[in-house]
Amino acid sequence: MTTIPAEYGLVLATVLFMLGLISLLIRRNIVFMLISVEIMLNAAGLAFIVAGSRWSQADGQVMFLFILTMAAAEVSVGLALILQIYHQLKTVNSDEASKMKG
Amino acid sequence: MLIIFYIAAAVAVIATVLVITQHNLVHALLYLVVSFLAVAMAFYVLGAPFIAALEVIIYAGAIVVLMIFVIMMLNLRQESVAQEKKWLNARIVIGPVILTLVLAAELLYMLSTETSVHLTGEVIGAKAVGMSLYGHYVIGVELSGILLMAGIVGAYHLGRQKKKVTHRFLEKQEE
Repeated sequence: MTTIPAEYGLVLATVLFMLGLISLLIRRNIVFMLISVEIMLNAAGLAFIVAGSRWSQADGQVMFLFILTMAAAEVSVGLALILQIYHQLKTVNSDEASKMKG
Repeated sequence: MLIIFYIAAAVAVIATVLVITQHNLVHALLYLVVSFLAVAMAFYVLGAPFIAALEVIIYAGAIVVLMIFVIMMLNLRQESVAQEKKWLNARIVIGPVILTLVLAAELLYMLSTETSVHLTGEVIGAKAVGMSLYGHYVIGVELSGILLMAGIVGAYHLGRQKKKVTHRFLEKQEE
């Protein structure tokens, strides 16, 4: 039975991570930036799964569970922040929120 | 059989590229769901069926639905009826549907062949993950609980609308 080389899985994780990073850098919409962070977290989890599959250990999947928990907490707090910014500034452009003034 | 992983990877990359090039948030979320489904297929092929199920349930289910709720709340004030009519156009779902059909064809193929479903030699199922999670990593589980608690409290505190607490006499004075 042929096995998937670990390099290909890591290449896929790298490509997905770079796409998320590029999107995070070029976008100014806060919701899009949050989506990009989700893509990057997912790519990092994919790297853990590939490594766990390479050495046939369950540790990689455990790490993915922790990443999943962290992503869920992060997206809930991030969306609450986005709602607050939208109510105060009436926009979702991140450049508008660059001043630290209550 | 390696081709299944390559097709899933190609679908994931294409869907992610389409996510970051969309201008409309809801269209981007449609492609984001397809991207998560493709990555779940890659997890399944890599020998992690439990994580593939969690990816579909939590990422493609809970997190994306949460984002859709917030986007719908953000667009409440604008001309929402016209926007709704525009979003319900059948043409925009063609791309995600095609990509999802590719994944569904892969899934049906894998279910029909039954032999050599997992391309890696060893499948690490839910039991091994659970034994490791509550064995070595039990402190991480506790810390995850604390993190989720902090997330709930933080989201409640940030998302709460400020109520007016001024007394009516004070309001009259301000006028």
